[in-house]
Amino acid sequence: MTSLPATTNKKLGLVIDLDICVGCHACATSCKEWNTGGYSAPLSDHDPYGGDPSGAWLNRVHAFEVGEGANAKTVHFPRSCLHCETPDCVTVCPTGASYKREEDGIVLVNPDTCIGCKLCSWACPYGAREYDYDDGVMKKCTLCVDRIYNESIPEVDRIPACVRACPTGARGFGDLGDPDSDVSKNVAARGGYNLLDEFGYKPVNKYLPPRAPVSVAGTKSDRPAEQVPKPDGSAVERLFAWADQALSR
Amino acid sequence: MHPAYSVIVFTTASGAGYGLLFWLSLAQVFGLMPVDRWLSFTQIVVALGLITAGLISSTLHLGHSERAIGAFSQWRTSWLSREGVAAVATYVPSGLMAFIWLLGVETSWVIPLALLSAAGAVVTVYCTGMIYASLRTIRQWYLGLVPANYLVLAAVTGALLFALTTAIFEQVPAWVSVACLIGLATAAALKSWYWQTIDADPGKYTAEMATGLGHIGKVRPLDPPHTRPNFVMREMGYAVARKHAEKLRRFVLLGLFAVPAFMVLIALLLGIGAPVFYLIATCVAAVGIIVERWLFFAEAEHVSMLFYGHERA
Repeated sequence: MTSLPATTNKKLGLVIDLDICVGCHACATSCKEWNTGGYSAPLSDHDPYGGDPSGAWLNRVHAFEVGEGANAKTVHFPRSCLHCETPDCVTVCPTGASYKREEDGIVLVNPDTCIGCKLCSWACPYGAREYDYDDGVMKKCTLCVDRIYNESIPEVDRIPACVRACPTGARGFGDLGDPDSDVSKNVAARGGYNLLDEFGYKPVNKYLPPRAPVSVAGTKSDRPAEQVPKPDGSAVERLFAWADQALSR
Repeated sequence: MHPAYSVIVFTTASGAGYGLLFWLSLAQVFGLMPVDRWLSFTQIVVALGLITAGLISSTLHLGHSERAIGAFSQWRTSWLSREGVAAVATYVPSGLMAFIWLLGVETSWVIPLALLSAAGAVVTVYCTGMIYASLRTIRQWYLGLVPANYLVLAAVTGALLFALTTAIFEQVPAWVSVACLIGLATAAALKSWYWQTIDADPGKYTAEMATGLGHIGKVRPLDPPHTRPNFVMREMGYAVARKHAEKLRRFVLLGLFAVPAFMVLIALLLGIGAPVFYLIATCVAAVGIIVERWLFFAEAEHVSMLFYGHERA
């Protein structure tokens, strides 16, 4: 049903630590690996080994440069569905294929009733939904709904594939509706935030900001970048200059 | 936004069809029907034909057209679903009206049927406009002017068709010509207002807001997540070059509004050769509205492009 549930029993989601993420893309590739054989039909690729490869992925890792001078940072930025509490991607769906689960808040697409009109992807400000041209249906992060409740796999694996794969522990998974959960405590401690909160879609997933640079005694945060030293005309330099000329003859 | 050709054909063809249906229904309600009932019947067949062709075209861009029946179910929340319901519902009174005209029977039932047909045409086109105007992710669409534009353009293209089909068979009544002229002027004014509005708004969302990293400084893309464009970039990142947009806007003002208005005026003043002038007006306007609809998509910018290097959206 396209109408949103008034409340959800849980708010399952991810917490992404931008301070720790090293941009290795392990989350994206493990997501692709799991979901291409999972819940919906395979995530199709076109021209995967050619000059113009493209395909449906549910998780993308950007790298941004932020700030100027010595304060500048490289921030690796994984981006996937945020499983919003009040998203328009669900309500615009004409068939009810796009829905939000009352039991845990996961936003899913029913691949059997989706007509592939793409309107939900237009409604999402996060670019989180990707159309599968082979399947003719919309694909999106399922929060690995076929892993997290799956009793046929070891308990340690009952978390989303991206969280399981992250080598640096930059991704957390849990109930963000429960203030006592590990993820909620982490969000509170680190000042976790919502992307584009201005839309009011109330994303469940949270991002933890990069930590402020540690100031070391004697360093100035606005100092200029290092310079290559200029020749100073010393005896050693003259010797090398003579050797360079002599050998160049 | 990527202009889907099937959606351009759908919104322009069925828009003109609903416009024609609207004027036919009004003519019926106000007793301004032509003498020859076969003319009215031909006109409503053209209207319903255009509507049907448009609706069929709209299913072509779907990944699963065979499941389109499901799209009638979510009218509580979805403007796309409401459009489908309104479109199908409008067939009932307009189909019955066409049948009455075909048989040539005199019945007072035709008045409520005409009123329902006119209302259905307006509601359907309004729903089409609201599909776009309800998307907060696209500032060029999230405007009250969008459904207003859709309504006026449907009315004006319908009026031109009404005049053309009438002119082939008999004298075009003055009220039809006047409706064309007023419609063209209104549509041109609304479209210009729309362009001024979107040009004046630089977009309130920034890359800093999208990433939440503004407290550190300016956000610049470093490494893209993929080497070639993905679905999001192809669908949401489509943009028309500014200089081309300017030229195309001028073409729309000329082709969709100025030339047809001039032709209608000549036909009205000369009193002879009306079919030729209305044919030129309609054909030029047809090209004009396709360009207008293409621009509506190509000029629309999506917020998700903030993750792909756009600074504002």
